[in-house]
This record gives sequence, C-alpha cells and structure tokens, in this order.
Amino acid sequence: MDQNVENHERLEKLEGIGCSRKRREDPRFIQGKGNYVDDIKLPGMLFAVMVRSPYAHAKIKSIDTTKAKAHPGVHAVLTADDLKPLKLHWMPTLAGDVQAVLADGYVSFQNQEVAFVVADDRYVAADAAELVEVDYEELPVVVDPFKALLPDAPVIRPDLDGKNVGAHGARKHHNHIFNWQIGDKDKTDRAFSDAEVTVAQDMHYPRVHPCPLETCGSVASYDAIRGDLTVWITSQAPHVVRTVVGLLSSIPESKIRIISPDIGGGFGNKVGVYPGYVCAIVASIVLGRPVKWIESRSENLTTTAFARDYWMSGELAADKSGKIKALRVNVTADHGAFDACADPTKWPAGMFHVCTGSYDIPNAHVSVDGVYTNKFPGGVSYRCSFRVTEAVYLVERMIDVLAQKLNIDKAEIRKRNFIKYEQFPYLTPLGLEFDSGNYMPALEKVLEAVDYNALRAEQAQKRADPTCPTLMGIGITTFTEIVGAGPSKSCDILGIGMFDSCEIRVHPDGSAIARMGTISQGQGHQTTYAQIIASESGIAASQIAVEEGDTSTAPYGLGTYGSRSTPVAGAAVARASRKIREKARKIAAHLLEVSPDDLEFDLDQFKVKGDPAKAKTMKEIAWAAYNNVPDGMEMGLEAVDYYDPPNFTFPFGAYLCVVDVHKKTGETKVRRFYALDDCGTRINPMIIEGQIHGGLTEGFAVAMGQELPYDEQGNVLGGTLMDYFLPTSMETPHWETDFTVTPSPHHPIGAKGVAESPHVGSIPCFSNAMVDAFAHLGTTHFNMPYNSYRVWQHAKSLGL
Amino acid sequence: MSKKTIVSFKLNGAAIDVMVEPRELLIHTLREKLSITGPHIGCETSHCGACTVDIDGASVKSCTVLTVQCEGAELLTIEGFAKGGVLHPLQEGFTQEHGLQCGFCTPGMITRAYRLLQENPNPTEEEIRFWMAGNLCRCTGYQNIVKAIQYAAAKMRGETVTTSHPLMAEISA
Amino acid sequence: MIPSPFEYHAPTALPDVIALLSQYGDEAKLLAGGHSLLPMMKLRFAAPGHLIDLRKVAELKGISVVGSQLHIGAMTTENELIFSKLVAEHLPLLAEVARQIADPQVRYKGTIGGDISHGDPGNDHPAVMMAMDATFVLTGANGERLVKATEFFHGMYDTALTPGEVMTQIRIPIPAAGTGSSYAKLKRKTGDYATAAAAVVIRLQAGLCTQARIALTNVGPTALFAGDAAASLIGKPIDDVTITQAANLAMAICEPAPDLRGDEAYKTAMAGQMVERALRLAVAHVK
Repeated sequence: MDQNVENHERLEKLEGIGCSRKRREDPRFIQGKGNYVDDIKLPGMLFAVMVRSPYAHAKIKSIDTTKAKAHPGVHAVLTADDLKPLKLHWMPTLAGDVQAVLADGYVSFQNQEVAFVVADDRYVAADAAELVEVDYEELPVVVDPFKALLPDAPVIRPDLDGKNVGAHGARKHHNHIFNWQIGDKDKTDRAFSDAEVTVAQDMHYPRVHPCPLETCGSVASYDAIRGDLTVWITSQAPHVVRTVVGLLSSIPESKIRIISPDIGGGFGNKVGVYPGYVCAIVASIVLGRPVKWIESRSENLTTTAFARDYWMSGELAADKSGKIKALRVNVTADHGAFDACADPTKWPAGMFHVCTGSYDIPNAHVSVDGVYTNKFPGGVSYRCSFRVTEAVYLVERMIDVLAQKLNIDKAEIRKRNFIKYEQFPYLTPLGLEFDSGNYMPALEKVLEAVDYNALRAEQAQKRADPTCPTLMGIGITTFTEIVGAGPSKSCDILGIGMFDSCEIRVHPDGSAIARMGTISQGQGHQTTYAQIIASESGIAASQIAVEEGDTSTAPYGLGTYGSRSTPVAGAAVARASRKIREKARKIAAHLLEVSPDDLEFDLDQFKVKGDPAKAKTMKEIAWAAYNNVPDGMEMGLEAVDYYDPPNFTFPFGAYLCVVDVHKKTGETKVRRFYALDDCGTRINPMIIEGQIHGGLTEGFAVAMGQELPYDEQGNVLGGTLMDYFLPTSMETPHWETDFTVTPSPHHPIGAKGVAESPHVGSIPCFSNAMVDAFAHLGTTHFNMPYNSYRVWQHAKSLGL
Repeated sequence: MSKKTIVSFKLNGAAIDVMVEPRELLIHTLREKLSITGPHIGCETSHCGACTVDIDGASVKSCTVLTVQCEGAELLTIEGFAKGGVLHPLQEGFTQEHGLQCGFCTPGMITRAYRLLQENPNPTEEEIRFWMAGNLCRCTGYQNIVKAIQYAAAKMRGETVTTSHPLMAEISA
Repeated sequence: MIPSPFEYHAPTALPDVIALLSQYGDEAKLLAGGHSLLPMMKLRFAAPGHLIDLRKVAELKGISVVGSQLHIGAMTTENELIFSKLVAEHLPLLAEVARQIADPQVRYKGTIGGDISHGDPGNDHPAVMMAMDATFVLTGANGERLVKATEFFHGMYDTALTPGEVMTQIRIPIPAAGTGSSYAKLKRKTGDYATAAAAVVIRLQAGLCTQARIALTNVGPTALFAGDAAASLIGKPIDDVTITQAANLAMAICEPAPDLRGDEAYKTAMAGQMVERALRLAVAHVK
C-alpha cells in the first residue's frame, strides 16, 4: 500500500489533533438521555424553594413561618436563625467578602434570599412559600455606584461597619470595596502632558447576565450513618465547591462528593457558590433526606451572578500620526450588595490589565474602584476570562475614538500600532508577557476577504445621499485575549493555585480512561481531550473514555471557565499522555529487545529505527504492561499530571462587522460579520467553529439587547425572557469564520483556547460598527445595548 | 390541593394512565412521574422551547399545557425518536452538523424540527429560521442547527447526505 | 411558577360552557389556547377557582365563507389561520398578522378568539379586527349578540364581554376588488409584543384611495382605531405626502405606556413609522 494512503488511514483511525471528530457527548443528548441536575431523582427526595425579598433595601422586623410549617407536606422552613447555630448564615465569597446565605436582619437587594421552604414536591413548596410572612421596614435605596459613594449615601453593608480595610486594601467610604491600581502613574501622566493629541471617552458596560439555558440548582444528599455528603450541582468548578463546602460545614473533604453532571451551559454563571446550594445541604443534613433546589429563570436572571456593570473612563495619548504613547483608565465597578466576583484572589479586577490590547503602548495606568450598591451580587466573567471583555472593549473603542479624532482609517490606525511579530514575547506596560501573536496578517486577511475598500466606498456613497433611509457602519476589532488562568505564582482561588490536572489509565486491552479536574458545559471535552491523548499516546480516540465532574474520581482541578480547559487541563492531558508514551517506549524496547533510544514513535506504535518492520503497537504494549514489563518497572500503564502553566495564553483575532441602521426606527441589521480567530493549534475544527458561532451569538446578544436595568426603588427590570434578550434563529446573523495558526510557544501542543474570543472580540466590533454608522455626524461613542429604542434616541439627538 | 384525576394518553406509542391534580403542568408530569426527562425546563414563561413536545401533530411547549388537557392525546417526545437502535435522521443530522453543544435545548429543538419537516419537507434556510424561532439555543448560534435540519430533510427525502465537517479536512498525511 | 389549585372542566358543547359560566360566575375563567392565561396563573397573577377548557367545543372551530363574509370560529388557532386556503384567498392580512404573533409553538395553541377576548392592548388581532371592520359574536345565557370590533375594547383587559358570555365567532367582510392591506409590527425579537404596530386596509380606485381603515397596537390602553388618519387619505393618491399626513394623525391619538421597549415619544414615533410602513405595503398588496 502507498505509504501516504496507509498513514492517512491510520490517522483517520486515531482521530487525533486536527480532526473534526464527531462528538462523543451527542448520542445521549440527541436521545434525551442527558443527565442534568434536575433529572436526578433519589428515593425520598424533597423539593425546596426560596422565599425572596420584594424590596431592595429593608430591615427585617420579623419572619413568621408558622403557617408555612403547618401546611401539609412541608418538612422545614429555614431562616437565618436556623443557620446561625451552624454558623452558616453567612458564607465567604470568592472575592474575599462574605455573603448572607439567608438574610440576617436586613436585605440589601431585591430578590435576596430570606427563607428556604422544603416540601414533598415543587407544588407544595410553591404553595407554602406564599405562607411565609415577613415584616419589612423599607430603607433608602441606592442603585447608582457614583451616588453610593456620596457622603450621606445609605449604608448598604452594616455588617462591615468600622472595617476600613477589606480583602483588597483600604476602603475609603462605607460603600467602597477596594481601589486597585496597576502601571506607572507618573510616567503615564507625563506622556499625557507631553502628547500631541489626547482623547477621552466615558463608557458604560451594562449589567448583563450569562443566562445559560439551564438555571442553577443542586441535589444534596447527606447520609447520616456514613457521614457522607453527596451534592449534584450545576458547577463549573466542582472541586472548588468541595473545598468551600468543607470549609463551611467542617465535614472533611474526604467525606464530601461533589458531582457536576451534564451542565446545560455555564458561561460564567455557574462558577460561584450560591445560597440555594448551601441551604439544600443544610436541609438534607437536618432532615436526613435528599433535597433538591432548582432556581426559576427569573431567580437565575436576578440573583445568581451578573456580569460587568463597569463604568469606564478611557484616555489615549498619541502623536499626530496616530502612534499611541499612553493609555489611562479609571473604572467604577458596581459589584452589587456583596463582593462575589469570581476572580483569582490577587486580582480584584481580574485580568483587566490586558487593556493595552494588541498595541505597542509604552505607558499605561489603570485604577479600579469597587463599589457596593443595592443590586444582586456577581461580577463574573460572562464567556470570557476575568474582566477581559471589559478590557478589550475599552481599548478597541478607544483606538476608534482616536482614529476619528485624527481622521485616520480605523484599519490603518491599528496597523500603525500593532505589536510586531518580531517583538514577541512582548512585555506590556502593565506587566503581562504576551507569548506570541501575529496581528498584521490576520487583519490583512480579513480586509481582503470582505473587500474593505469597496465597503468604505459604499459607505461614503450612502453618507452623501440624504434620501438613503439607512446608515451604514463598519466595525473592526483586532483583539488580544488573556486566558488559561493561570500560573500559580500569580493566580489562586481561596489559596489554591490555578493548576489543572489529568489522570490516564490504560487498560490491558489498550483502551483507556482519562479524568480531568475540569468540567464541560457544552465545549465537548469528552471529544477533544481524547484527541489530544490519541495524538500524544497513540491510543485511538474511540478507545478512550473521558470523565469529568465527579470529585471522588477526578483529580483535583480548578474547573472550566476563562477558556482555561485547553490551555491548562489540555496541557496536563498532553503531558500525562507523554508519560504514558515514555513508559510504553520502555516496554516496547523490552519486547523488541532493543534500547528505548533505538525506537521511534509512529502514530500508534513504536518501531525500530531503520527496521520499521519491527514494531509494537500501543495495543500490544498495553497488554504487556500487565504481564511482561522490564525488570524493576512497576506493572500497569497509568499517568497523572498536575500542570501549573508558566504563563497565560493570548488568543487573538481580527473581526469585521457591517451594520445597516434604519434612521427613523433605530432598527439595526447586521449585514455581514467576518471573524478570523487564531487560537494556536486547532484540536477539532468542527468544535472550534461551533464555539465561535456560539460566542459571536452571545456577543451579538450583549451588544444589541441584553441589560438588567434597575429603577430608583431598586426593582430589577427585565428579569424574564420576555425582556432579557436571547436572540432566536430569526434575529441571529449569519457568521463567516476564518483562522490563522500561531501556536503558543509554552503550551505542550501550542493550543490557546478559543471559546471566549468570539464573545470578547465581537462586542466591541458591534459597538465600533454602530458608532461608525454615526461617526460622520460627530459620534465617538454611545452605550450598549443597541436596541432600536436606544439607537433611535441617539439618531434623534443628532437631528436625524 | 384539588381532587386528582386520572388522565389517559398515548406517549411515544404506549398507553399511559397518570393521576394528577388539574393544575399539574405537562412538563412536570412527564419529568417527575413518567421518567421522560428529555424535555427540559429553561424558562417557565413559554419562551425558550426546551420543553417542546409533539401533541396530536402540533409542537407544544409543555410548560404551558395542563396534563388534564392531554386526555386522549397522542404525545411524542425525544425519547420516541430512535427506533430499534436506529437514530432518526434529525438525530443523525444534529450530530453530523454539530447542531448541539450543551445539549439542553436539543430534545426540544429536534422535536420541533420534526413537526416542521412533516409540514414542509424541503424548507429553505429562511423558512427553518422562521419556523424554529420558538426554540432558544445559547450555545450554537443556530447556524449548525439550520444545517442539521437541512441534512435531515435531505435524508428524509431519500437524498445522499454528507457532513459539512469532514473528519480529515485540516489533516494532511 | 406553579398555578394555584383549581377545578377543571372540559365541556363538549356550547350550552354546557354557558351553564358552567353562570354556575361559577367570577370564580371561573375560560381556557382557550392558554398562552396568556396559564402564564398569568403560574405567576399567580390569576387564580381562578374553576377553569373551563374550550378545546372540546366543536362549534367554536372552523373557517367558512358565508355570503360576503368569512366566519371564523373563536377557537381557531393562529397556525390554522396561517395555513388556511380560505384565509389566504380572501383575507391575506389575517395570515400576515398571525405569522407575526409570538412563536411557532405558541401559534399552534393560541387562538384568535383568545387573543381578542383577553383585551390586552399588546395583542395583535384587535387592531387588525378594527382595520378589517370585524364583528364578534358573543354568546351568553340569553343567546347571541353582535358587537363591532371598534366597540368591543373598553380598556386594558376590559371588553364588551359580560360575565357569562363567551366569544364564539369572528365575522369579517371579504374586501372588495382593489383592496390592499398590511400589518407592520416593530418588535424587539420573536415572541415579543409590539413596541408599536399598525394594521391598514385601503381600497384604491383609479389611483385614489376610496376606503381606508387604520388601527394601532400597543400604543394605548386598547388597540386604537385611527379614524382621522384613515379619513385623511380618502379621495387622495397614497404618496409620500398623504402617508406622512396619515402617520402624523395616527401619532396624535397615541397614549402609550412607557416600558423597556421605549418611552412615550419613541412608541408614538414608531406608531407613525409603522403606519407609514403598513400603508406602503398595503399599496403593494392591492389586488
């Protein structure tokens, strides 16, 4: 047989890196056999619902649970008073703050958890919840972070009275959480005073919500005889949950089993630990029966982890040619009533300092103030790494503002400021080392693909025609992300370094099982991890079972968010596979009676150099591992790897968007969206495309419609799917995707992570297109979301 | 609580009698009493379509139907699609075209697409997008769902079908 | 998201419906497609003690031509309107509006009679009924009575239906030759209520408008009949000038409630825009 044909067939059978392997997850999902938390049914299981505050800020004068407890079928009604003896009425947040599990004398946001009703089923629980009588005394409300910092603003957190130092340093006001600064302020200020040109722009990134289709929930089951606690939970980080539960409950982690079964999307919403989870655990311990708690959609949208709500002021200093000299940023971050951001411990604004973007900016300074308001807590990363969407939004908007000021084309100004290929590894002024990047070819490929010059010509023509009913906008972004948190020297959660892990066991028949500390929520880990193992160890992907999400079987890991699975756990997978391969090499050498150095690895076998007929397949080696190993070698073929990455990874992309805006109604049509992504080595092109489609769609949703506004009384508006914008197939644009490949030099297989780039990169692209539509009328910015109402208001303000 | 009644209907071809309160929603009867956990609850306000089942030839959001309204009805859920271990063309299409990620919307999506293809065996992309707009997906961006439905439609019309994601497209030997 | 308990009734004939309504009075609610009522019951905004399901009442179904009218059973679903050959032939506007209501699943269940009787200004049929000069058949213990669409809607959730009455049929005159119609709806996404919408029926003879009816959705406590706007077109060609004039007159009667879809100014402006859009489409639809 032709060698190429034979190799091709062996590669096809292996289904390794680079294959569009069909997903291993699909058979169960397409047949309705997924196993999500609400599908779990245990003997004797009870159902619980939360009683929530209708007020945003109030003193709780009394709670009367008598009627609810007397309702037939009710087993327990928990309030803060029931949790106090267990010291569980407050819990630590991931951000170094505390959060009330059940309101302890006062509520500080609408829909805050007040009581937990446990009953036979969800019907009885719903009836009984209406019978819990709470007497509130309303207090003044503040929902605006700037007003929250006024001297006479209402005190949102009386429990912090007198605490002038928080988890991230000094607090300057009773509603202030932290001030965090990075960069050289003096140098940056000097660059601004010396600059030929400066621009400044304020922008608000609205309060949005990741809104996965499955809401959050858990089933807690405490076995009083064994002393074991098992919790099925919608968690993106089951091991972290185990540690938190252990800390809270004083049950040793060895007695706690956290299982993340199939998860119906996470997007950052399912990283934190929520009061409902804790209450379900307490109720199960108290009642000795399994307790299920599943939140409703409106509970999900108004209580569990919002994203963003960032008020950013950006400034750029540049010379007349558009070369940027400095970036200065001040942020007021609205964290809601408790600081429950999910960020690495040392980074209260996450990785916001990636805000210098793809550009060679010599000086930068960032200052972020976190503020309490009477709004629900969160500040999580919605399909992005920590605060990276905000950072990329800022710099990609600012460079457009500068381009308009200098009347330079928006593609051209990016080219003038790109970090050049030969500058990598590149140290940013805010202390990050970008490992790799190649920005110019990516942008040029996109401009050519869409015929950029023709688009600009069409736009000029339309601008010149006053009878044209629409405005045309062209948006460009050339973004750099930072993902794969992260090196344990700078990243930890609750003191645990942000490594990740993989354990592989090869069975005697040559098949294998692999377990990781991450958990898929739709990313297809069962499919792609097996591809890495296949390429690295020579075991066909079809022979590899991948398991995640059960803390009793999987090695400790920090979970899946911030695009960290491929950069961190994926590296552990590759390294564990290589350990398997190296042990296999020694066994093969023993079987072939040659030195290990005389062998070369060839897809799925070891063959003797120069004598390729002499070879041992991985299948043969696996069998031998259990009966015929070299003297002094342990039997078996297993490997474990805990990978602490030396650096983050820095995926990048170049996106272009064309919008048509109706002048009289504000309706907007995304005519074209072209997304080029560089995520380094491509493990599964089909899955990458799917992730990009999904991320672009979520970016579209954020830019064009998502927000959770509040009224002055602290009522959260738009907390159902009637108002909260989840686009359907009708509203969603058609996506065009493309790629370049710039492998990460420090990642074992050169991969960088991909699922979040399209969200991070597209949102400013939509904004840039919308602003560009009005740019000839003097617009430099207007805030998202670009629903037709807001766009019409903007058009109206310009006299259109 | 009001008096329970027995409701009889056909579920995926099998006769079912189930005892419910009049207020019980079909999605809860299916999931809690009949172990039909394919249809999911995503919003409870008739927006997301994850709970879609087929009742007497209509795609219905089972969170907005009372079980008592199903007396005498014929119900089809995702659990009734694969026959004798053979996947329905829609199930095959969703895999081959990567029309799902987290899988939560998938049973409702496929069940809805089934009725669409019964009514229109050869829909255009525009028609698919219009007639699938009652099912939300947060993962895929719909583009591959459209392709999956087109794949299934072609297969159901007896045409030859291939995935638009060939296994080895980016691999050279 | 769980309804309060109630008793369920599924009568098979209209007299039984009427009897149940008189027996239970205020305690009873009629269940048609259920896609307005059940969501309200799940939120416990509505908690009827008795639910009377109309799905088995055969008299309430069906579409037929009777004389110069189309008679439509109140329990006819939106999808039945969309797929009806009679509707397509005689009243294409009815299919056009049905396609813009909610989403496909809701349209399998949602009924024209339910949409109208609910009295929700956000529902789409009321304005279309006004524009088509429809008449509703209301049946109660004392028999049938007929009420014009323009006289049916009294306020938000308040209609001409008296306790004990049920809407049984919708009667719509088949338009004369030269008629064109359209429904233009601005919404945020599939499944949303209109930010503003306009239903337009016009008749052109020798290039001049000889008949016109215009009505608006969701810009007042009920659907609004824009009589002045329609009258302004009579005897004139439908062109940019007359369209703008009609739109301005329509805007003058708007009194929308502000919400996340927009403030009063925006919704009013959009009502005007939708009148303009619907008029242009109606002209294109003339046959």
